[in-house]
Amino acid sequence: MKILESKAISKYFTDPVEFQVLKDISFDVEKGEFTTLVGKSGSGKSTLLYVLSTMDTDYKGQLIIDGQLTGSMTKDELAGLRNEKIGFVFQFHYLLSDFTCLQNVMLPALKLGKLSKDEIQERAYQKLAMLGLSDQALKLSSKLSGGQQQRVAIARALINDPLIIMGDEPTGNLDSKNTRIVFDIFQELSKNYGQTIIAVTHDDDFASKSDRIIELKDGEVIRS
Amino acid sequence: MNINTQIAKTYIITNKKLTGVAVAGVVLGMSIYIFMNSMLLGFDKASSKSIFKTTPHIRVYMDDEISKPLVSSNGKQMLLVNPKIVPAKNTIINPGLVISTIQKMEEVEIVTSQVNANIFYNSGKSQITGLCSGINPEDADRMYAISSTIVEGSLGALKGNPNGILIGSGVSEKMSLRENDYVNITSSKGVNKAFKIVGIFKTNNSVIDKTKSYVNVLASQQLLKEGNVYVTDINVNIKNPDDAEKIAMQISASTGYKAEGWRQANESLMAAQRMRKIIITFVSTTILLVAGFGIYNILNMTITQKINDIAILKAMGFKGNDVVRIFVTQAVTVGVMGVIGGMIMATVIITLLQHVYVGGDIGYFPITYEVTKYIQGVVVGMVITFFAGYIPAKKAANIDPVEIFRK
Ligand SMILES: Nc1ncnc2c1ncn2[C@@H]1O[C@H](COP(=O)(O)OP(=O)(O)O)[C@@H](O)[C@H]1O
Ligand SMILES: [Mg+2]
Repeated sequence: MKILESKAISKYFTDPVEFQVLKDISFDVEKGEFTTLVGKSGSGKSTLLYVLSTMDTDYKGQLIIDGQLTGSMTKDELAGLRNEKIGFVFQFHYLLSDFTCLQNVMLPALKLGKLSKDEIQERAYQKLAMLGLSDQALKLSSKLSGGQQQRVAIARALINDPLIIMGDEPTGNLDSKNTRIVFDIFQELSKNYGQTIIAVTHDDDFASKSDRIIELKDGEVIRS
Repeated sequence: MNINTQIAKTYIITNKKLTGVAVAGVVLGMSIYIFMNSMLLGFDKASSKSIFKTTPHIRVYMDDEISKPLVSSNGKQMLLVNPKIVPAKNTIINPGLVISTIQKMEEVEIVTSQVNANIFYNSGKSQITGLCSGINPEDADRMYAISSTIVEGSLGALKGNPNGILIGSGVSEKMSLRENDYVNITSSKGVNKAFKIVGIFKTNNSVIDKTKSYVNVLASQQLLKEGNVYVTDINVNIKNPDDAEKIAMQISASTGYKAEGWRQANESLMAAQRMRKIIITFVSTTILLVAGFGIYNILNMTITQKINDIAILKAMGFKGNDVVRIFVTQAVTVGVMGVIGGMIMATVIITLLQHVYVGGDIGYFPITYEVTKYIQGVVVGMVITFFAGYIPAKKAANIDPVEIFRK
């Protein structure tokens, strides 16, 4: 079953001069597939991921997620879709610094409002434990190291059991041990729980172990 | 607790300094607004109170008439060169009927006739000019609260005593007159009459204390060489002095005499009052607006600081409205705290001022807790803080998270 379809997606930047970052990008991602997105710096990976995550709506072409054509949805509908179906790990961690790690992880679930607060807290603790952060749960997120923050962000992306987890270099700040842990988590989620992973990476080893590699060059898909 | 409220609460608590400054701004603006407007009302009340010590709400009298051509002829324009005041008597004909007509009106509380005479007080060789009001002691007391100003003797002694007189404290000092002394009075009509002083009053308004005296209507009619139907003024007090002008018009229409409200009779005082009102309204509103701008800036700053958080929240699926709610909640919380603080502070300032003695015929600083001004202040304060939060929040809600992440 196709969970995400990218149909001839193109995007232009006009500032400082007009240039095409994404050129006619078409590919499908199956449910439960662990996909990595590779390519040189500046090839358009982050830009593509923002489009696929529905945060960037300024593009040409079609994006279908879980059978829904996103182009015709309002901003609020897209926000709802992201909340429920997409977990996102940013390139530069991006936690709310006034909140504890636990609160950061709980936020998307509290927004979704499907479970009680206690259940959400329980789940958040589980996710943090999975990433080796149990003892950091009640610290302010700004007090953590870069690698720890990145893992908190991964825990947050998992909290709502999203259909798709997208990560922009989610292991970019992690040592090899933690990179392994994250890889194993992603693999287990895709194998056992049918969650789809789309991760940008510079780590060849990480990519080669994934189910599928999509390679970008100058805004074009050269391998998929 | 709703997740948006929870986020707002966290922001308020973690940014204590900014929250504190914003609340202080509202407290200051609110308290000054309430206090200054209460002061304004206090001043107005004090000044009308002192006006009503000597002036009725409405004065009914016969206005001077300018002479007109005697014959009216159609088609031809009659012209009178240099017309003059008709030398008729300024007296109200059949005052009894006029009084009973006015008394029938619903809003009217007291109606009493008065005969004023310009006089000289003589004692030995010294002579002072003054004004003698012929009154009906009972009615006049209800109208001007004369008995509350008596420092020697009593108003009661004037009742039924055609030779009794109440004089101002200034007159008594200048002529060294005490209760039970006699004072000789000469009227403008040349009538000379000795009165026995039954009381001395002190209004703290020095012009009045130095010139005024009260006698019975009958006595002042004698001073003017007139009979007992001679009445120059009919004074009327009504339930709500603010309606004076309206009711004066009704009286004028139903009696045919000129009726003048107290505002018209005290134009210059009213002008000063209006000016005071403009200044205080202007100053207090300006302060409130400046405080409002301060809060707007602070909330705008908070939102600029939190722009990253807003982008993350939106990426995680928070909608534009959620963002607006978070920051409006913050603004309204600041508003509520500020408004409560402002009311407390205004109450403290007003209470302190009430204990300040300013002297004169005013006494203590004329300021009271004006509930309407409190309500007004609260409403205005809340509206300002709401919009001070809403406007920047609405802007923030429309930003694209990707724009922030790319930076
Ligand atoms: N806001 C922007 N305006 C103009 N050009 C941009 C903007 N953001 C990125 N680019 C350009 O688009 C290209 C792709 O960037 P990006 O998607 O970040 O690449 P990657 O993530 O693969 O390193 C780069 O050449 C970059 O300079
Ligand atoms: Mg990138």
